[in-house]
Amino acid sequence: MTSEVTSSRTWKRPPVLLKDPRWRWTILLGSSVYLILAISSVEVDWFRVYEGLERGWRFIQGFLTPDFSSRWRDIQAGLIESLTMTLTSTVAGVLVSVPIGIGAARNLAPAPVYMLCRGIITVSRSFQEIIIAILLVAMFGFGPFAGFLTLTFASIGFLSKLLAEDIEDCDSAQIEAIRATGAGWWQVVNYAVQPQVMPRLIGLSLYRLDINFRESSVIGIVGAGGVGATLNTAIDRYEYDSAGAVLIIIIAIVLVVEYSSSYIRRWVQ
Amino acid sequence: MLRDVVSPLTYHYQTWQQTVLELEALSKTYKTGDQALTNVSFSVPAGQVVGLIGPSGAGKSSLIRCINRLVEPSSGRIYLGETELTKLSGRALRQARRRIGMIFQEYALVERLTVMENVLSGRLGYVSGWRSFLRRYPKTDIDQAFSLLERVGLGDHYNKRADELSGGQRQRVGIARALEQNPELLLADEPTASLDPKTSRQIMRLIQSVCREMNLPAIINIHDVVLAQNFADRIIGLQAGEVVFDGPPSALTHDVLTRIYGAEDWGQVQQNNESQDDEALFSNAKVLERS
Repeated sequence: MTSEVTSSRTWKRPPVLLKDPRWRWTILLGSSVYLILAISSVEVDWFRVYEGLERGWRFIQGFLTPDFSSRWRDIQAGLIESLTMTLTSTVAGVLVSVPIGIGAARNLAPAPVYMLCRGIITVSRSFQEIIIAILLVAMFGFGPFAGFLTLTFASIGFLSKLLAEDIEDCDSAQIEAIRATGAGWWQVVNYAVQPQVMPRLIGLSLYRLDINFRESSVIGIVGAGGVGATLNTAIDRYEYDSAGAVLIIIIAIVLVVEYSSSYIRRWVQ
Repeated sequence: MLRDVVSPLTYHYQTWQQTVLELEALSKTYKTGDQALTNVSFSVPAGQVVGLIGPSGAGKSSLIRCINRLVEPSSGRIYLGETELTKLSGRALRQARRRIGMIFQEYALVERLTVMENVLSGRLGYVSGWRSFLRRYPKTDIDQAFSLLERVGLGDHYNKRADELSGGQRQRVGIARALEQNPELLLADEPTASLDPKTSRQIMRLIQSVCREMNLPAIINIHDVVLAQNFADRIIGLQAGEVVFDGPPSALTHDVLTRIYGAEDWGQVQQNNESQDDEALFSNAKVLERS
């Protein structure tokens, strides 16, 4: 008797997000209709796709026969500019980010400082690098100085935000213990917070170095100097073999930075 | 000093003379409305080891943290010697904090610093920010750190990183850090909560013996009644933020335990209490090993 009662019990998984089936069906149906309409509104010009494929094939041919020599002086100058921009902007970005990151950590900073630093981070993060680069090129003219400023500005938002979040995730017991010894604010930062966030700060800085190099080749296209400008010129002149050489060098440098930074990050743990 | 008598249970000590810590009608209400402490008053004389017991959420941690102002008391007064701790702020508060050593539940060592740096961090309240940043501590501080590490049995571990040590060793570093402050009072927040029974007893014995050596009073917040009975000179029982027992360990009867923790069969605790010999707890294990 009792076994019959227990076996007749049933269980059904409760709905995950929306309890009301009417809402579930409305949203599902609505988004499907919108998707169909949106796809049908995209006009596909098959002739242009064909032309594009042909041009793409010329790209690939150029990249398969990269020409390092004929534009080597331009490439070299662009590379040096890019690497200089990358390194200086990362260092400047880290130097500015550390105080802002500490100020934007709720467990260390008083409310007004916290609001100010979070504001700076939001402003820095709300613009894409290209937009900042266009603005700064308009302000300071073509060349790597605008690029340096762009990358520094973008690094600040990135590094401060992640550093602040890491500080907020710190083990509060360690902070409490150092505070309990009678340590002042700077000493708490130096003894309880710094050892906890240092590996991550180094890792983030190296990651940002990596990003800054890649960005430096993009913002060159809008006139902020570097190897991006060289690449842009090469493509404009239909010199796909030189453009291929530039791309191969960019890929190689990104790979080197990537591997060395992951090695360093493992070493600082 | 006039003070309310908390309960008829308040236990007076004739043998201990000089009062080091005095709590007067201490209360703490958190922003959430939780009343953590209600009208807690007691005083601790030099050299006395006080075991603070009570169920989880009784306010033991809040009480300890109110004393060094890691938690802000809502009302009441706390005196450390002649200093009224509850009035202090800024530099004066930091200077008072360095007179109070604290030992933590999960050791709360800075994991990525060396053992020596952790012990020396006990001097942070005394040295300038510049010296502490460069780790250039006065020679006397370093000598003291070495001798404290030897005292807690970690003489040659000074250059290891704190996260390389075992739980018991870490808590020994925690004790050395607290003593490095040359404190007038020791606070311990569940110092044995994450340790095995044997290590727990060793740590409690170490705390008890350094308190004896330095005539240092201690308030040890602990939920193991047997440990408290074995190693404290005096037991204070906290229940829902109020002191419901204050007396010698021997006065912890079934009735008292029920008053502190609620109804339960306390037979086991009483039995353990009879075996005061430290080794008695482990004698069974030894028999098993031989057979």
